Amino acid sequence: MKTDIVLAGVGGQGILSIASILGEAALRDNLYLKQAETHGMSQRGGAVVSHVRISDDAVASDLIPVGTADIILSVEPMEALRYLPFLKEDGYIVTNTTPFKNIPNYPNEEEILAELKKQPRCIAIDADAIASEIGNRRASNMVMLGAATPFIQITPEKIEAGIQRVFSKKGEDVVNLNLEAFRAGRNFALANK
Amino acid sequence: MQKNLFLGVEAIGQGAIDGGISGVYAYPGTPSTEITEFIQESELAAELGIRSKWSSNEKTAYEAALGMSYAGKRTMVCMKHVGLNVAADAFVNSAITGINGGMILTVADDPSMHSSQNEQDSRFYAKFAMIPVLEPSNQQEAYDMVREGFALSEELGVPVMVRITTRLAHSRAGVERSEVLSSNELQLPSDPSQFVLLPAIARRRYKGLLEKQKDFEKAAKKSKYNSITKSSDRSFGIIACGIAYNYLQENYPIDDCPYTVMKLTQYPIPEKMLSKMEKHCEEVLVLEEGAPVVEEAVKAAFKKDIKVSGRLSGALPRDGELNADLVAKALGKEVLKGAEIPDIIVNRPPALCQGCGHQDMYKALNEALDTFSKGRVFSDIGCYTLGALPPYKSIYSCVDMGASITMAKGASDAGLIPAIAVIGDSTFTHSGITGLLDAVNDGSNIVVVISDNESVSMTGGQDSSALGKVESICQGVGVDPAHIRVLVPLKKYHEQMVETFNEELAFDGVSVIVFRRECIQAAAKRMRKAKKIKDNPKKQYS
Ligand SMILES: Cc1ncc(C[n+]2csc(CCOP(=O)(O)OP(=O)(O)O)c2C)c(N)n1
Ligand code: SF4
Repeated sequence: MKTDIVLAGVGGQGILSIASILGEAALRDNLYLKQAETHGMSQRGGAVVSHVRISDDAVASDLIPVGTADIILSVEPMEALRYLPFLKEDGYIVTNTTPFKNIPNYPNEEEILAELKKQPRCIAIDADAIASEIGNRRASNMVMLGAATPFIQITPEKIEAGIQRVFSKKGEDVVNLNLEAFRAGRNFALANK
Repeated sequence: MQKNLFLGVEAIGQGAIDGGISGVYAYPGTPSTEITEFIQESELAAELGIRSKWSSNEKTAYEAALGMSYAGKRTMVCMKHVGLNVAADAFVNSAITGINGGMILTVADDPSMHSSQNEQDSRFYAKFAMIPVLEPSNQQEAYDMVREGFALSEELGVPVMVRITTRLAHSRAGVERSEVLSSNELQLPSDPSQFVLLPAIARRRYKGLLEKQKDFEKAAKKSKYNSITKSSDRSFGIIACGIAYNYLQENYPIDDCPYTVMKLTQYPIPEKMLSKMEKHCEEVLVLEEGAPVVEEAVKAAFKKDIKVSGRLSGALPRDGELNADLVAKALGKEVLKGAEIPDIIVNRPPALCQGCGHQDMYKALNEALDTFSKGRVFSDIGCYTLGALPPYKSIYSCVDMGASITMAKGASDAGLIPAIAVIGDSTFTHSGITGLLDAVNDGSNIVVVISDNESVSMTGGQDSSALGKVESICQGVGVDPAHIRVLVPLKKYHEQMVETFNEELAFDGVSVIVFRRECIQAAAKRMRKAKKIKDNPKKQYS
């Protein structure tokens, strides 16, 4: 059993915290893991991507080969489409629909959403709206992580434990907010799968 | 055993701590920066008293590490690939002096230039200086090789290079730690002339280094990190170096590869291993990250007329990073194509943060230069290099750290007046000071802009060696204090900034204009750290 995830977003959107929660949960589950990240220049508002590979067996390459990723998990709609070549034929796209516009030539939003709709297995979710409703827009990446769980081999309970560990220093309120966001994302994905 | 989830760079930092270092020396540079940051933040390193503050540049870092080794202690020095150009004088000569306490140079190459000006391959440098290289294929090996590397350095009597590339540096995996080795006692070299490279001594030591080459090769041959796995199919063999070994395994799990595989992760390349490959294989493919260093060596070593392919032959691209797909293609395997990227997707290049002081500086500079022809601003390396892109399009050069001041001087000498240099505070103390001294001594007509955000920002906000010292350094170098101007780059001071530019552009001589406002990201980081210390005052922070 293996899960190859392409995590996408824009520098500063916090995809690295999704990656580290997943990574830690995998390790505690005695699974093998490799997780390649983007550091450096492109963290200044550029496109960033992380390849997360979780498996029962040792993982060789730090990068996912083209056409084999099980899911693209993106916190930004255009960034989800950028990595389409990595997705396997029956792979899932799980993406936030709120655009991050930090460039003057950001494409027409409708066209991006239309392009996503064209994809056979795509879960598009307004994570920012869900997170705001719960209490803080910044928890939108936990909504996205939750939405990806139906496609990941680690149980949601174990990921929740990871969220608890990562946010515990910031107090109980922050932990609960993030857990709630996570569950909301998961429920959305289960209902719209 | 409990595994730690480590980035490659973190595995190296932990390996050095557990390997018994007394100090790490480094100047930041992607993708090597987090090695030193890991040690700076490690509670164990603080307990053990491992020194870890940033150096002003890679040369000062390298020499300080060599001094620590002279005193008998184990030490590591870290840098990105181009940093080794800066430290090259010390590096090459340190192979001849040799070491006393174990010394590792960890150098991080950046194939595909994710965050660099070039993709030079540090293995060339190691070959040039004639020292051994360890090139881990994964995070666990990175940890083990560094931890054990100090003893190897002590055994062989020279510094050992650990070469990694961006992918390994910035990828996480589970890593098992081993026991922490104790550090060395202070003990000077037994031969007091060892480090005195006067010609007569240098000649003797250089001969010694040449003689040692066979020991280095022997060490590589018996290294547990090098191996040959033979196959009965003699038609084809593969030499996989460093991380390329993973890409091979992605295509053929180790026990399942139909061909003979030589794993090469410790250099110099053992000749005996190559002759085994020559005997056993009718054709050889070399998989290596970076330049065709091994491919060339293999071609030269083989006496039989055997086809050797790799990056030189065109089986793999000559430039850029490898991956499992490129390796699959070179192996003649079918590669999936994947879906197309939709046409509407546009690039998202990096940009200066909203509210960054460099922006205000560039706006004023552009306005002041509006009446002059274009092409007279020389710049340097840092966040401010993004001033080359729209909407600013202010700068016309970015070559190597410090080159802004010296290139502006040369262009001004040639008659391009006014000529302007734009440099950051950290780049200024890294390599700008000596160039400024040249300009002062020569009475050059240049305007030097020091865009001082009080941090090394491009690499993530490390402490700048220049903090609080910029004006006094300029004065010390001999710039007339009347032409050292200090401004705050904020929109409300725009007119004043333009006016100051106009005044200094009109002055025939060396002017320095310092624009000082803390980087917003560094300020945020500083406040997060202050809060951490307030919340937990007993914990040690570097
Ligand atoms: C020889 C060398 N060492 C290190 C680097 C990596 N590097 C690129 S920019 C930079 C920081 C520059 O800091 P500063 O000049 O203060 O500019 P800022 O990014 O803060 O604007 C560093 C360390 C490099 N490119 N070359
Ligand atoms: S990190 Fe700092 S210096 Fe770099 S662009 Fe952002 S604010 Fe400016």
